[in-house]
Amino acid sequence: MARIELTVDGAKVSDDVEPRMLLVQYLREKVGKTGTVIGCDTSNCGACTVHLDGQSVKSCNVLAVQADGGEVTTIEGLAQDGELHPMQAAFHECHALQCGFCTPGMIMQAVDLLKENPDPSEEEVRLGIEGNLCRCTGYHNIVKAVRTAAGSGGGAA
Amino acid sequence: MIPAQFDYLAPTSLDEALAALAEHGDDAKIIAGGQSLLPVLRMRLNAPEMVIDLGKIESLRGIRDDGDHLVIGAMTTHATVASDSAVAEHAALISKAVEHLADSQIRHRGTFGGALAHADPAGDLGAPALALGAEFVIAGSGGTRTVAADDFFEDLFTTAIGEDEILTEVRIPKHTGWGAHYEKFVRVAHQWPIVAVAATVKADGGTIAEARVGLTNMGSTPLRARAVEQALVGQPATEDAVREAAGAAAEGTNPPSDLNGDADYRRHLATVLTRRAVLAAAGG
Ligand SMILES: Cc1cc2nc3c(=O)[nH]c(=O)nc-3n(C[C@H](O)[C@H](O)[C@H](O)COP(=O)(O)OP(=O)(O)OC[C@H]3O[C@@H](n4cnc5c(N)ncnc54)[C@H](O)[C@@H]3O)c2cc1C
Ligand code: FES
Ligand code: FES
Repeated sequence: MARIELTVDGAKVSDDVEPRMLLVQYLREKVGKTGTVIGCDTSNCGACTVHLDGQSVKSCNVLAVQADGGEVTTIEGLAQDGELHPMQAAFHECHALQCGFCTPGMIMQAVDLLKENPDPSEEEVRLGIEGNLCRCTGYHNIVKAVRTAAGSGGGAA
Repeated sequence: MIPAQFDYLAPTSLDEALAALAEHGDDAKIIAGGQSLLPVLRMRLNAPEMVIDLGKIESLRGIRDDGDHLVIGAMTTHATVASDSAVAEHAALISKAVEHLADSQIRHRGTFGGALAHADPAGDLGAPALALGAEFVIAGSGGTRTVAADDFFEDLFTTAIGEDEILTEVRIPKHTGWGAHYEKFVRVAHQWPIVAVAATVKADGGTIAEARVGLTNMGSTPLRARAVEQALVGQPATEDAVREAAGAAAEGTNPPSDLNGDADYRRHLATVLTRRAVLAAAGG
C-alpha cells in the first residue's frame, strides 16, 4: 500500500492505495466520482478524461500513485454554484450527445482544448478531440457545441 | 484491465533511481509517462515486481540550449516539446513529428525519453531522432555514456539502454534554417503510422544542398534512407527531381506485413511519402 494525498474537485483527499490502482478506479471507487467513466481497455476512447494539474489526461492510463500531490478536476467539478460550466451548457444547447457515455470525457477534453486555443476552427476542434471517441453523434453537434462554447468563455475552467 | 500487483518507488534523484534499479535488477521496470507501459501492464503482457517512477526527478525535465546542440531531458512531455520555440527553430523535424503523435491527452503525459526508450518501430520519434543524428545520454551506476543514434536502436522494442541504466537526455545537433516535414500515413485518428517519413532539407535557392531522411515502420528499427539523401544533393527541389530520388526510399528496408498492409505495399508507400515529405521540407 502507498499513501497518496491529492485534491479532487477542490476537496483534499488522502488514502492508502495499491500501487497498481488506476486513477480512474481511485476516482470512481474510493472518491465516488462516478461521473468519470471507463469506455475501453486500450486508452483509446477518452471517456475517462479528467484534468491532472490543469492538463487533460486519460485517467485509465495514469496510476493513482502518479497523481500523488496533484490536483484533479473531474466532470463533477466543472459546474460552479449550481451553474453549468459554459461547455456543459453548450453541449446541452447544441444537442451534442445521444447516449451520453462519451460526454464526461468529451467535455473535459473540450475545456482543455479551449484553454490552449480559445477560438479553434472546425478542423482544430476535430483534431483537438481526436483522442475521444463517440459512437452515437457523428461528432457534428459536438464540434458545434465546442465552437459555441468558445464564443461564450468556455475556456475558463 | 488492471495490472498485476507490484511495489512502487518514486525517487526524487537520479542516483536514488539508479540505486533502486541496481538493487531490483530484472524484476524492476521504469515508468516515465506510463503511456506505453501502463497499457502493457494492464493487458498483463508484463508483470514487473517493482515499478520505479521517474516522475519526481526534476533534473530529467526541460529543454536547454547547449551551443551546437539542443538538449531535451528524457522526462520532457510530448506537449512541452511540441510547443517549444527553440525546438521549432533548431530541430523543426521533431516539432513536426510530435505534433501529430497520439492525441492531446497522451501528449500531456508521454515523454520524449520514454517514447525513444520504448523503441516501438511504429513510434513517431525514432526516425526524426535518427535523421537528425541525435546523441543519447545514458546513466548507469558506473557513470554516464553517450550513444550515437546509429547505435541506439538495436531491434524491435530494444535499444542500447542496459537493464540497470536510465536514459537521461537526448542531444540534438542544431539544424537551424533547415526545412522539415513529417509525413505520417495512417487510416484512423490518434494512432501509430502504417509508414511515416521524416525529412529535413537544407535548401539553397531552389537547390537541395543537403537532406536527411528517416523512415518509420519500415523495419524492426527506424531507418535512414541514405540512398535518397545522396541522390538529393545538388538536385532542384522540383516534383520530378524529388520523385526520381525518392524512388530509392525502400532500398535496404525490411518492412513488416500486417493487417494494415503487406511489405510490398509499405515499400511503395515509402517512396510516395518520401517524395511528399522532401518536397514539403524543401518548401516546394
Ligand atoms: C492511445 C495511444 C496512442 C498512441 N499513439 C502514438 C502514436 O501515434 N505515435 C507514437 O509514437 N506513440 C504513440 N503512443 C505512445 C506514446 O508515444 C508514449 O507516450 C510513448 O511511447 C512512451 O512514453 P512514456 O513516457 O509514456 O513511457 P512509459 O510508458 O512510461 O515507458 C515506456 C518504456 O520505456 C521505458 N523507459 C521510459 N523512460 C525511460 C528512461 N528515461 N530510461 C530508460 N527506460 C525508460 C519504460 O521502462 C518502458 O519500458 C500512443 C499511446 C497510446 C496509449
Ligand atoms: S477508458 Fe480511458 S481511454 Fe477509454
Ligand atoms: S453520445 Fe453515445 S458515445 Fe457519444
